[in-house]
Amino acid sequence: MIELLRQLARTPQGAAGLLILLLLAAACAFGPAIAPYGPEHIDFLGRFHPPGARHWFGADQLGRDVLSRLLTGARSTVPTALAATLAGTLLGAVIGTASAYLGGRWDEIIMRTIDAVMAIPGLLLALLVVNTLGKGEMNAAIAIAAAFAPGMARITRSVALVARRQDYVGAAIARGERGTWIVFREMLPNVVAPIVVETTIRVAFAVMLFATLSFLGLGAQPPASDWGLMVADARPFLHQAPWMIVAPGAAIALTAIGFNLLGDGLRDVLNPRDER
Amino acid sequence: MSARWFARRCLFIGYTLLVVSLLVFAITQALPADAAVTLLGENATPAALAALRLKLGLNDPVWLQYWHWLSALLRGDFGISMRTGQPVGPMMFSALARSLLVAGLALALMLAVAVPLGLVAALRRGGPLDLAAGLISYLGVSLPEFVTGTVLLLLLADHLHWLPATGYVPLLRNPLDSLRHLVLPVLTVSLVMVAHVSRMVRSEMIDVLHSDYVRAARLKGLPARTVLFRHALRNALLPVITVVALDVGYLLGGIIVVEEIFAIPGIGRELIVAIEMRDLPAIQAGALIMAGTYAVANFLADIAYALLDRRIRYD
Repeated sequence: MIELLRQLARTPQGAAGLLILLLLAAACAFGPAIAPYGPEHIDFLGRFHPPGARHWFGADQLGRDVLSRLLTGARSTVPTALAATLAGTLLGAVIGTASAYLGGRWDEIIMRTIDAVMAIPGLLLALLVVNTLGKGEMNAAIAIAAAFAPGMARITRSVALVARRQDYVGAAIARGERGTWIVFREMLPNVVAPIVVETTIRVAFAVMLFATLSFLGLGAQPPASDWGLMVADARPFLHQAPWMIVAPGAAIALTAIGFNLLGDGLRDVLNPRDER
Repeated sequence: MSARWFARRCLFIGYTLLVVSLLVFAITQALPADAAVTLLGENATPAALAALRLKLGLNDPVWLQYWHWLSALLRGDFGISMRTGQPVGPMMFSALARSLLVAGLALALMLAVAVPLGLVAALRRGGPLDLAAGLISYLGVSLPEFVTGTVLLLLLADHLHWLPATGYVPLLRNPLDSLRHLVLPVLTVSLVMVAHVSRMVRSEMIDVLHSDYVRAARLKGLPARTVLFRHALRNALLPVITVVALDVGYLLGGIIVVEEIFAIPGIGRELIVAIEMRDLPAIQAGALIMAGTYAVANFLADIAYALLDRRIRYD
């Protein structure tokens, strides 16, 4: 693990990604403590205060400090996206592995059904699920997990099928290795790498999807300082206070870029054959 | 392309729509909404509600309701909107036409930008243009549509006054004004795809330029231009077709957001309104039509692939 991090820090993408994510982790851990104001601290005299010494990122329509709201909102946005991605990956991995293991007709039926479900755009599926369960952060996370599961199932299946056919697995069988040894020492390390890379990049999508759901009014609910919700709240004040949109928008983009960079760095480290 | 492959592919589209219809029906059944209450309002008498439930068949078992809905669908009847009282099918299809205008323009713009960008990035690998293209693509895949859309609106419409901010003008009524209104939404949805596809073109192009047949073509003494466009680019673009078809899924999702931001009366906006108003027939029709569009786009991509690459025979 330490070795992996060291290698990762040596690739330019990995180092940049790690740096951004460290900052984010710090914001999640200490955000409310280091925020200069309370996230709900209303100051009517300081409404629409432009960015400056008093409010680094400006103030919103109620005079609330945008930076403080961003720092507090990190706790709602980032962990939710992480949890949703992990749940979706797990669900997809179970379906994909089962499909590859069963093989034959069952594999065909499961995969065709997965393909069919993927015909529904991810955002639409998430919208439908979140509406059935009701608005809110938790339900938005479940919706994102549901939207990710089919894609992850497809990837897991194809990776598992390839790993089973590799020569080194055949060689291990010929050496007379035990079944568990083959699965855990020969197959699993080679299956995990592509899934880890894909999952990392998916977290970026999850952050954006969660923010989009909040933006459409279905994720986090006011007065939470979720980043997508902050953009939605700021839209009527586009003219007076553009910083109200730029700051949370940049925070979402930075988070997504961090996870994308980390994913690309991981790909380089875990799969040295690929020169691209 | 054999007739058998064609039949199988059509069968798959049918299966896709069946699975989607089941899923969408199940979800709309689970929605916390009572169609009778939606139609008559909260203050309706219990007797009136009961009569309407009987008339709508809401007391039937779920599978029977699904069957009634599906058999009506097969006759081309998508049901009546609970919100407007109009047939849902024509409403959704005319909304789809407006959305497809946005989607088609976005696809065209994306290809016009992404292919040259990827090509140049591959030829000048590691150069400043390649790095710039890489940076743009990182930004493109990391910015959700609602942020890009709002920032573009802020810059181009609000600040510089180059373009109208929101609204929709039918293409046939005033083509120029219509296109002016479409610039911002089209820019917004194509950015993600430009990022995605230009990376794909770049990496495919790098692979192809190292292949034996490109080397052979060079050694034969063919002009560099011929090698580049006739041999390399043609083959590099083949896998891109599949990626573009898969990207239609993102495109349709992005269109939902963009139509909401720029107030375009397309299928995405209709769907959001339907979801908010608990208009079950409209939700069902809209989701089904979107999934059908995606399935057909992928079908067309497979055909295009086969036509362009003679080595591929679907049977």
